[in-house]
Amino acid sequence: MEKLKLRLKSEPVNRAKEISREIVEDLMGLISQHTTTSIERTVLRLFGITGADVDETPYVNIIVKQLEKKGVLETGAALYVLNACVHYHQEPEEIAKRVAEEGLDLSAIPMNDFDRINALSLELTQAAMEHIQSMKDKRDELLYETWSDPVRPYKYVIVATGNIHEDVIQAQAAAKQGADIIAVIRSTAQSLLDYVPEGATTEGFGGTYATQENFRIMRAALDEVASQQNRYIRLVNYASGLCMPEIAMMGAWERLDFLLNDSMYGILFRDINMKRTLIDQYFSRLICAASHITINTGEDNYLTTSDAIEKAYAVTASQLINEAFALKAGMEPKYMGLGHAFEINPDIKDGLSYEIAHALLTRELFPQATLKYMPPTKHMTGDVFKGYAMNTMFNFVSVLTGQDIQLLGMLTEAIHTPFMQDRYLAVKNADYIFNNAFSLGKEFEISDDSFISKRAHQVLEQAIKLLEHTKEVGLMQSIEEANFADIKRTQTSGKGLDGVIRKSPQYHNPFEGAFKKLLKIETGYSEGGVW
Amino acid sequence: MMVYPYGDTTNDGAMQLSFTLPLKSGALAKEAAKRLVKKMGFEKAEVVSMQDLGGDFSFFVVYGYTSTGINTDDIQVVEAKFDHMDREEVDHYIEEQLGRKLVVVGATIESDAHTVGLDAILNMKGYHGDYGLERYKNFEVYNMGSQVLCEDLIKKCKEVKADALLVSQIVTQKNIHVKNLTKLMDLMEAEGMRHQLIAAVGGPRISHELALELGYDIGFGPGTIPSQVASFIATTKKERMENE
Repeated sequence: MEKLKLRLKSEPVNRAKEISREIVEDLMGLISQHTTTSIERTVLRLFGITGADVDETPYVNIIVKQLEKKGVLETGAALYVLNACVHYHQEPEEIAKRVAEEGLDLSAIPMNDFDRINALSLELTQAAMEHIQSMKDKRDELLYETWSDPVRPYKYVIVATGNIHEDVIQAQAAAKQGADIIAVIRSTAQSLLDYVPEGATTEGFGGTYATQENFRIMRAALDEVASQQNRYIRLVNYASGLCMPEIAMMGAWERLDFLLNDSMYGILFRDINMKRTLIDQYFSRLICAASHITINTGEDNYLTTSDAIEKAYAVTASQLINEAFALKAGMEPKYMGLGHAFEINPDIKDGLSYEIAHALLTRELFPQATLKYMPPTKHMTGDVFKGYAMNTMFNFVSVLTGQDIQLLGMLTEAIHTPFMQDRYLAVKNADYIFNNAFSLGKEFEISDDSFISKRAHQVLEQAIKLLEHTKEVGLMQSIEEANFADIKRTQTSGKGLDGVIRKSPQYHNPFEGAFKKLLKIETGYSEGGVW
Repeated sequence: MMVYPYGDTTNDGAMQLSFTLPLKSGALAKEAAKRLVKKMGFEKAEVVSMQDLGGDFSFFVVYGYTSTGINTDDIQVVEAKFDHMDREEVDHYIEEQLGRKLVVVGATIESDAHTVGLDAILNMKGYHGDYGLERYKNFEVYNMGSQVLCEDLIKKCKEVKADALLVSQIVTQKNIHVKNLTKLMDLMEAEGMRHQLIAAVGGPRISHELALELGYDIGFGPGTIPSQVASFIATTKKERMENE
């Protein structure tokens, strides 16, 4: 693929990146001084605790709730669980069962020798880190040695039946038809659940629950079809929401390749408390960075609530903030699936020039990122034929401007979740356009005084203006002023604020140190235990 | 009047069908597709395209020709009837006829997380060049967003003394929308507030008929623009005031 080139001026690019870095830097104090119930549950999951009680409440939720009630969660959940393990000579999973079934009070167990607790912590932390590393290595081996990495733009389709076994049938069929990436859409309200359901699930609304078992089932199904196709098939799920770190951990554990993981999506579009989201996204991104999971950000959502031309700069500003947060979590640029979308009203004259300008701006602003390009949805009407034509234009802009992840548009968007044939038609459309216009981009030069070039620079300038203001008042205040997506949120509103806990001076999370060490992030922590 | 599908000649009865069968592509699959269409009542069927969907499935495009027609004289449809005014006319109408601002509360309820439809109608920006209700001088709009519990929605309606309630439902898998809308209606009845409110429901799979069946005043389907909703609220409010 040979793409068009914009020759973006370097001065505004550098400025935009520097302001974004500063915006994020200003939040690192808040982030490092707090933990959340979801982060603590993640630590327990990394120690190998799975399972749920008869009411389907996960053990990790029961433990964290107990520690919270006893007022000791500010020290971190790890210490109390490890202490119990040392005390009773039992595995974390056995301790969890006792807490859930016998009501074992972890905070009432006398504190054992810290050397022994530290030693156990180190052992369990290393075991978890080794598993995550092995999953990462396995992916690289399958991608680059056993099979091959598909040609870009990757063709990404969704399955959303609600039943993981039905999802498998559709996902395997889609992969055989040529899809490179399969996303299992979550059940519609899962981002607002403050726990991750357990086991294989067969009922969901508008999607299938993200559970570790469902991840495992779909991973195996895609590997099976990949071995027939000799082409690695990537698996996607969604982390944004109240359980961002836990889902990241499960994704790392089961070798998911992409996770929807946005630093602001939950705040703006799901009304999750902003502190909760900002703290959670950091830890979840440490996990993603360490396990080479490509994050996918949700900028396309800005254009479903606001106008795609008027608010193009909000997409750019959000991409820059997402990039800055990801860099802070030690993520390499190639694992950043920064998002944008083809959502301009098709009735607008020369709309395609705007789309090309916006797509090229994103491409050149983030040259190493694995960009995620979203299809038309807002202006899809139920006229499947017009919709198919719009998707063709979307594919054309993608190959022309060098996008990486192509969320294939469905001709039946706005009607129903995709039929099997809808995915097929989408893949064939993309195959045709991507092949037919493969090198077209290098045949054209965009002059500096063209509309496309001027438009791209204009959007960047508008984004810088928003970022400058955001830097001045702080990101949280800027969100309160409804500067992003025209949606106003406050620091004390939204779901999940009660799960934000200020760390005590004795707080310790052994994995934070382990991830930071692996990612070479400056840290005062040491790996393993330090109690 | 009897009508028949029109392909390229009057009453030729031509229809285009596309569907997938769980069969490997081949002569058998093609014949199965043809017979299926004929069995549905088409006199003639031509399979013009058969595509392999990854081995175990085949996708067909079939032209069927039918002699079945429909007599439009026998059909009665349930259609919402109201005068469609533009924004300025609605604002003027409310001022003249009602003499006070109307309070509108909107939400996507229960598990549904989609706000696209709700925002298209309520947000300042509107939809398809038609400004949303927030832009109207004479509407006071409370957009509660997505995943609002029915109980919370009713509480809000009471608190702000709502004149109209707009509920958007996008997700319809396994008829979840019917469940949600029924729950809301039951609660409204239980609270004795059903008749104080104009209750409207909207969404891509919502029909006026379904809305009436579930006890709502109107159902807005795909392509609805804000001024239609605004016109309905204003004129219905007027009717109700006259009847009281």
